[in-house]
Order: sequence, then C-alpha cells, then structure tokens
Amino acid sequence: MGAILVALTSAAWPAIRQFGLAFFVTSTWDPVALKFGALPFIYGTLVSSALALALAVPLGLGVAIFLSEMVPDWLRAPIRFLVELLAAIPSVVYGLWGIFVLVPWVRTALGPFLKAHLGFLPLFTGPPIGIGMLTAGLILAIMIIPFIVAVGTEVMRAVPNTQREAAIALGATRWETTRTAILPYARSGIIGAIFLALARALGETMAVTMVIGNVPQIKASLLAPAHTIPAVIANEFTEATTDLYLAALLYAGLVLFVVTLVVNILARLLVTRVARGVEAIRE
Amino acid sequence: MDLRYYRRKWTDAAMTAVTLLCTAIVLAPLFLILLFLVKTGISAINWDFFTKLPGPAGEPGGGMANAMVGTLILVTLAGLMGVPLGVFAGLYVAEHPKARLAAVARFTADVLNGVPSIVAGLFAYVVIVLPMRHFSALSGGLALAVLLLPIVLRTTEEMVRLVPQSIREAALALGIPWWRMTLRVTLPTAAAGITTGIMVGVARIAGETAPLLFTAFGNRFWNWNPLQPIAALPLQIFSYAISPFEDWHRQAWAGALVLVTIVLGLNIIARYAATRQTKPQ
Repeated sequence: MGAILVALTSAAWPAIRQFGLAFFVTSTWDPVALKFGALPFIYGTLVSSALALALAVPLGLGVAIFLSEMVPDWLRAPIRFLVELLAAIPSVVYGLWGIFVLVPWVRTALGPFLKAHLGFLPLFTGPPIGIGMLTAGLILAIMIIPFIVAVGTEVMRAVPNTQREAAIALGATRWETTRTAILPYARSGIIGAIFLALARALGETMAVTMVIGNVPQIKASLLAPAHTIPAVIANEFTEATTDLYLAALLYAGLVLFVVTLVVNILARLLVTRVARGVEAIRE
Repeated sequence: MDLRYYRRKWTDAAMTAVTLLCTAIVLAPLFLILLFLVKTGISAINWDFFTKLPGPAGEPGGGMANAMVGTLILVTLAGLMGVPLGVFAGLYVAEHPKARLAAVARFTADVLNGVPSIVAGLFAYVVIVLPMRHFSALSGGLALAVLLLPIVLRTTEEMVRLVPQSIREAALALGIPWWRMTLRVTLPTAAAGITTGIMVGVARIAGETAPLLFTAFGNRFWNWNPLQPIAALPLQIFSYAISPFEDWHRQAWAGALVLVTIVLGLNIIARYAATRQTKPQ
C-alpha cells in the first residue's frame, strides 16, 4: 500500500508541482495547451456516486433487513448467494449491458418520463440521449448494492439474540424489533457498509466510462453526459503523449486512491466497532 | 386499543412486504443481465469464436481465441506472484494473531481490497511499464496480483484459524519443530479451503478490465512472450462493445457470455466446495 502511494506520488510529481491545489478547482482540461484542472471529473465522480448511493442505500438495507430478520432460514442462503453472484459479474459485462439495454431504456422510457413529470427541476432538462449521469448512477447502484447487502446482513446478524428476545418479550412485532433493537445496535456497521459501497462507486471504471458519455463538463442536468476520474484515466492514459499529460492523469489517480483509502479505512473502523460492541456485552 | 393493535400489525406486514419487494428489485437485474447475455451471446458462439484470431475491422467473422489464452496467461502470472505471497502472509497473520505486524497486515489487506482496480493498474504502469518503455503481459499480471493478494491473504488466514488446535498439539507433541508443523500439518489441513479462496480471487481478477487497459494493453495476434503486450477477454469485450460494427457487438456479447460462465462457474464451484467443507463429518 505504501509502495503504491510512493510510486504514484513520484510519478505524478511534475503535475503536482505544476498545478498544486489549483488542480482541484479549475475545469480546463486541455492536453494541447498543457492546462489541466480536474474539477469536472471530481464533480462527475461525486455526483454519480451520490446518485448511486441514493438509490442503493434504501434498497440494499431493505434486502439486508429481509435477509437478517424476515426471511425463513431455508431461503436465506440461496438469496444471499444470488446477491453474491450480482457482485461477481465483471464490470465490463455491466458496461456492455448498460450500453445495449439500459441506455436505450433511459433514452426512450425513463428520460422522457422524468422530463415530462419533473422537467421543471433543473435536474431533468436537456435532451434525454440515454448516456449520461443518470444512467451511470443507475448502473453503479446495481453494482454496489451487493456490498451494502453483504456487510449490512453481517452486522445485523452480529446483533446478539438477547436484544431481539428482549424486544419480543416486551410485545414488539417483528418490524418493531428490527426498528428499535436491531437497527440502532447495528448503526455504525450499517454506516460502514455504506462507506464500503461508496468506495466501490468512486473507483468503478469500466461500467461508468461505457455509459456516462465521457464529456468533461459540469451540468446541473442528470440527463447530460459527464465524466469521472477513473473514466478519464481509462480513456486517455494510453493516449497521453506528453510527460505532463501523463503526470496529470497520475495526479488524478493519486487523488482517487487517497480518497478511496480514507473512505475504506473509515468503513473498516465502523464495521469493527459493531463487532467490538458485541464482545463488550459478552464479557 | 384495538385500533392501535391493528395498526401495528398492519405496519409489520407492510414493512415485511417492502423488504421483500426490495429483494425482488435487487435480484431483477441479475436475471435481466443473464437473460440478455444468453439470448444475444449464444448466436455468435461457434467453433471459429474459440479457435480464430480477431478479424480485420468491419469484416464479419473471426474469434477471440488469443484473448481467452491471454486471460489465462495473465491470471497465471498474477497467481505466480500473488498466491505464494498471500498464503505465507495469511499463515503468518493466523499463527501470530497477537503480533502488531499481523494486525497491520490484516487491516492493510482489508483496505487494499477496497482500492479501485484502476489504481492497481496505475501502480503496475509506474513500476513496470514506465521503466521498460512498453506495455507487457508481465505488468498486467502484476496489476492483477495486487488485486488477488488481499483476497488470498484473508481466506488463508480464516482457513488456518479453523484448523483444530488439537491437530497442532498432536504434531508438536511428536517433537516436530514449529515451522515444520505449520508447513506439513496446518497448511495441508487448510489447503482445501485456501484453494476455494484462490478460486474466488481468480474469478474476480479474470473479469478485471480497467487495470489491463494500460498494462497488458491488448493485442490482436498471438503472443507468448510475457514482456510483450497481450490480449485479454475483458479488454476485447470492451473494445468491441464501443466499436461501431454490428458483428463486433455480437462478438462482445459472446465474449461476455464466456467470461460470465467462467466467473460464475468458479464462484458456484467454490461455494459448493465451501459448504461441503464446513459440514460436520
């Protein structure tokens, strides 16, 4: 891990020295003039990930509650396995499906629908061309849900049975047990699960670059094409002819690495806190 | 009183239904994707697809034989680098659970597991491609090894922990030194579980595309030299998917069908083996 950090920093050094912190706030990306600002990519990465989380968190938690509290025992393992398979599908296959199935659907069905009913919001303006932020958010949501489900179920199962029994003994229904005894107990673990999923969404490359349109612009509309840090690295790295261009892309990669590292570390600390809480009660 | 009772019961039933609905929505894409893969991919799968090189741009025909072999070579290279290191690190972490280095290694592996795969590619690029001045299978292998290592480390650790203490004590009681006990008794006992972990890891890296874009780079011809650019199935799917040719789109679907069959197959076998191992005898 240290080696990755050292290698990336040293290779990105020319760009870091040249652009410094201005890299984060300027939005000119001009390889010919050797001017590089990563703002559109940072914006695209953050917005597409936020969109994915907004869709994935409620759904993923619903599945986790179902798997942990509601489902009969014989059905738990098969459903868990199917969700794991969803996580095992390679991202390039998601991208392929995105291009040929999801993009046409957004162009002909979802986009026009959102424009017709919510078109007064700046979020849904402009022509629904199919590729763009919304499609990227959708595909990311599908890809990160398995992580929320897996970790979410794990931390909810880690809640001691005495907690459940206490709630049931007080006359709580199953949902009331979940709401009052399970969710508060597993809260930090659930937040950890969301952070893990966020790290995945931030770094996802192939599926996003295949559906987001790869246009470095900042538009309020979710129907407009955008760009992300991993996508720009994937697209332009082999075409970077000048050293400074390459260094700028590596700089962007370094930023991505550090951000995902921090998010991951926070997630791990939150998830282990639930496990420790369980141990503390047992002692 | 009665009203309240019914409201609570109703809420309970409604929330159960909501979570069930969530599960259905989440699983729907899995079946949609598999359905489209089989429906579209199967038509482009034929003997040529498995035996021929890619055809010239725009001309129908040709196959992905070199890409499949390329993926095999890349995974092998990654395995040669990642598996021994991961197994020994996992052994160390499991046998010295209290050591500070072990805690650091475990935490690092967990965090490394969540690092975007494209960053692993950047790392391999800086370490191997930049000094050599050209793309190579070796750098692709290194990028995949970085992704494989944490998976192997963590499963080895978990599997070695499951080895009963009594077996270790029996070996030590016979006067065998600690290191031989670890290598000859603990490791073979845990071997089946570790193999399962490696299979899951291989399934994950076999489908990786992003770290190979600027390391293995892809190749339209056969290549057996690890120091030259090499084709890979995911790379080929990607470049065909974004190409303008109808026939290449069909081949991309076929390639994806093959890739998903391999990846899901490995996962299912690993899962089956894992449930058999943990069953009481």
